[in-house]
Amino acid sequence: MTYREALRLALREELARDERVFVMGEEVGVFDGAYKVTAGLLDEFGPDRVRDTPISEEGFVGAGVGAAMLGERPVVEIMTLNFLLVAMDQVVNHAAKIGAMFGGQVRCPLVIRTPNGAGNQLTAQHSQSFDQYFAHVPGLKVVAPATPADAKGLLKSAIRDDDPVLVLENLRIYTEKGEVPLDPEHLTPIGRARVARQGRDLTIVAHSYAVVRALAVAEKLARERGLEAEVIDLRSLRPLDMETVAASVAKTNRALCVEEGWPTYGVTAELAARVQHACFDDLDAPVERLGMAEVPLPYAKSLETAALPNEARLERAALATLELVPA
Amino acid sequence: MTTTSPRKRRTKDSVTTDRYARMLLIRELETEAERQYKLARIGGYCHLSSGQEAITIAAADALEPDDVLVTGYRSHGFALARGVSPEAVMAELFGRRSGCAHGRGGSMHLLDVERRYFGGWGIVAGQLPIATGLALSLVRRGSEQAVLCELGDGAVNMGAWHEALNLAGLWHLPVVFLIVNNEYGMGTSVQRASAEPELYRRAAAFRIHGERVDGDDLEASLETCQRLLDLARRERRPAVLEALTYRYRGHSVADAGLAYRTREEIARHEAADPLKRARAALLDQGVGEDELEAIERQARERVEAAVEYALADPEPEVSELAVGMHAPGSAEQFERMRPGSPFGELELTFGAGLGR
Ligand SMILES: Cc1ncc(C[n+]2csc(CCOP(=O)(O)OP(=O)(O)O)c2C)c(N)n1
Ligand SMILES: [Mg+2]
Repeated sequence: MTYREALRLALREELARDERVFVMGEEVGVFDGAYKVTAGLLDEFGPDRVRDTPISEEGFVGAGVGAAMLGERPVVEIMTLNFLLVAMDQVVNHAAKIGAMFGGQVRCPLVIRTPNGAGNQLTAQHSQSFDQYFAHVPGLKVVAPATPADAKGLLKSAIRDDDPVLVLENLRIYTEKGEVPLDPEHLTPIGRARVARQGRDLTIVAHSYAVVRALAVAEKLARERGLEAEVIDLRSLRPLDMETVAASVAKTNRALCVEEGWPTYGVTAELAARVQHACFDDLDAPVERLGMAEVPLPYAKSLETAALPNEARLERAALATLELVPA
Repeated sequence: MTTTSPRKRRTKDSVTTDRYARMLLIRELETEAERQYKLARIGGYCHLSSGQEAITIAAADALEPDDVLVTGYRSHGFALARGVSPEAVMAELFGRRSGCAHGRGGSMHLLDVERRYFGGWGIVAGQLPIATGLALSLVRRGSEQAVLCELGDGAVNMGAWHEALNLAGLWHLPVVFLIVNNEYGMGTSVQRASAEPELYRRAAAFRIHGERVDGDDLEASLETCQRLLDLARRERRPAVLEALTYRYRGHSVADAGLAYRTREEIARHEAADPLKRARAALLDQGVGEDELEAIERQARERVEAAVEYALADPEPEVSELAVGMHAPGSAEQFERMRPGSPFGELELTFGAGLGR
């Protein structure tokens, strides 16, 4: 099953299981979803459960917050992460505040799901990974599945969670295939990372599409150089499973943190800070990190490819972390 | 808010062979862009404006050279209409060096600073508040020019629309908001998106003049755009102009455009095609069939030449990845950030993007 189909299955199961669940967003109904995640759901569940919205992100994200406060379980689709910025205030300054600011008396069981990522020449305004903007915020939970199984399991966990959860999908992974548990009660727990590949020489910490890249590079390093990289798929950015990361680094003594977005003040910055603190005595080399070149992504294919944390750059970064090439 | 004015300056000859030629150029370029997209020479999102040529040419021709234009992402037609060469447009679509955004922007972010076309923006309604700022600057400088801000019918449901219109009304800004109402925002019809589907009426909430025009009628569109821009220039009265038109192709090249509307609906609009209407008007004026055919041939040749040009044009160098990002003089500000920088910065950004 593809990642996209796994998401759809999660939505279908949760819509069927719980009357309070409803889906809303731009083009989720008649159009079957801009990226077809919600295809067929309007026919199956009707326009009250699968609600098309105008282009009004601030409006309908806020509507999701309000509905959630009264106990609904809205799953709001944002066409791509880029457009969540216009609803940032509802997410950061409203949804995230509800639990703490009202003394725990009101909850906001809202899910926002949205794809992000770059690589299709969509240019500066449409090729972004703002994961850290949201993972930065106390009161929010942020998950980022890298496999079809976790796409289903994490989205279901998010829908059943009593707090606002942002589910970051990725445009490049939608077509990736993998085994997906069909048990409707199979959930992927929030806040638990996964060892995606075992290894002894180096730990690569990644999430979302960067996991796919990291696994490809790890295979190449094993094939061509006999180097065994361990790949940690974070799955969840907030809460962050440092236990799994630290256990891996304690074993390999070297860490490379990778993300699709800009590294400065990014997810990898957070990881590097925590790894050096948790694993200070274990480290044989500085923690390295890799992300998108620090520039609004340009359109031209050659420039775009060069700017992304592509496999060639990732391999070089891995070798640098192993001190086999200069950093 | 009315649709007719006593001060009409309809001129019989506003449908000219020149305007017909430029409308055709847009249509031919769009058709070719779709072909080139399918050949994978164009990537990303590619939104075509086929069917919307009359209002596009009318709006551009109502602008004076020193007026300012800003648009959304369906921008190929506006760029051409404002005078950007088909070569510069096609090269941009191909991501090449002499594209009008130097290969950095692609289809959605065309611009031409010399012609005071300030983009090509990709976030729905993002250009509206910017338009008020462009207009504010004109006012502060005592200029008697105006801003034309294009937006889609879908943009009127964003908060930015309300905020921008209020500023424009409150501050008497010389800006005309041109809603290109092509009946759909992606797969959502205006009826399904807007509680007040007569979009021009929404201007009334801000005591701004609102008006509707048949955007496929070149003559009426030109007259209306000229009149409203005149008011903006001379009396600093902002306006909303809703131009009714239709997009023939899907939302973008990736959308077949048939899931949410019927072939019959498209055919009905094609029967009243603005190009056909302009052509018929020219024949009426006594322009010969030969002359029209020559114009049509030239438009095709012009677009073919643009493709040749774009193909021969080099891609930007990777070493120039971040060119233009920061203003000259910024390198010094950033120079102490280097120790400990992650790979992305070390390899690619520093040096090229800091205004050296
Ligand atoms: C804030 C925001 N939300 C969603 C999108 C995705 N999107 C791009 S174009 C579009 C439809 C816009 O329709 P309309 O304003 O009618 O313009 P048209 O495409 O018809 O020219 C949508 C939803 C976006 N670019 N920006
Ligand atoms: Mg539209």
